[in-house]
Amino acid sequence: MSGTLHAVTVAEGPAALPRLNGELVFQAPWESRAFGVAIALHEAGAIDYEVFRSRLIAEIAAHSHGEAQDGDDYYERWLDALQQVLVERSIVSVTEIGERSAEIAHAWEHDHGHEHHHHHSHGEEGR
Amino acid sequence: MSHGHDDVAVRAAALESLLVEKGLVSTDAIDAVVDLYENDVGPQNGARVVARAWVDDAYRERLRANGAAAIAELGYGGFEGDTMVIVENTPGVHNVIVCTLCSCYPWPVLGLPPSWYKSSAYRARVVAEPRAVLSEFGLTLDPGVEVRVWDSTAEVRYLVVPMRPEGTESLSEDELAELVTRDSMVGTGVALPAGERGA
Repeated sequence: MSGTLHAVTVAEGPAALPRLNGELVFQAPWESRAFGVAIALHEAGAIDYEVFRSRLIAEIAAHSHGEAQDGDDYYERWLDALQQVLVERSIVSVTEIGERSAEIAHAWEHDHGHEHHHHHSHGEEGR
Repeated sequence: MSHGHDDVAVRAAALESLLVEKGLVSTDAIDAVVDLYENDVGPQNGARVVARAWVDDAYRERLRANGAAAIAELGYGGFEGDTMVIVENTPGVHNVIVCTLCSCYPWPVLGLPPSWYKSSAYRARVVAEPRAVLSEFGLTLDPGVEVRVWDSTAEVRYLVVPMRPEGTESLSEDELAELVTRDSMVGTGVALPAGERGA
């Protein structure tokens, strides 16, 4: 239980990943974006953080049955709560989110395929 | 990375893209928030508060009277730290903080919480069996020490002021701050011994 310290190669200096006592603040880039979006929306006055927090508490409670949460799904619950607040306030619709998600997934798939192609084309010049 | 994580990443990107498009938030504003919490706000802030309290009795008094105001004297404050209550460890009392409902945490002084603080195991068990949980963190308290568990709320955030380690009379405030770990300010640890500075 004492702070899970993952075996990562620790970079020093400006390239170092942000760590708090050896632990990454965010475990994936999307977690930092989900966090940043909610706080920036609150700071801009677009959502009320207390309303958001009440949804977050409900989401965490709803997912706490059965297997114990290890805390790693925290930002997924955070994102669920944010989406709920935005939909409730008619800021975005579920349909919009679905459509934009499909577009992004398609674009990322294309990007990944592209990188894949490049990677494998090394050393195969003139083919 | 699993497919499930990809789906969440896609949804996060979709929300951000829609909100930026609608003009509700800018990419710059989001970047600034992320940068602040990844790089500037962290336990080093709380460590400075604790070190000041150790060396300056008048400051400690102000910290007791109005935590947020005394913390603001050192330049820290803002979100999730409007009402800060300082809980001081003594030879007879050990304090621990938790947020049983979500993961409220004193952001201005400790940054964002570690994973274990957000786990359901910690949130539930530290209230029910604090001594057992603390021993799993490697902290075994004398049976005579009273353990107080403070449940953070939307209104109030707590910061533990650990006891100043023995043999640190000659250390400067900056040197003392190096002994103050994140866990010692959550209450799942104690300040480092004088010899382990910067460890």
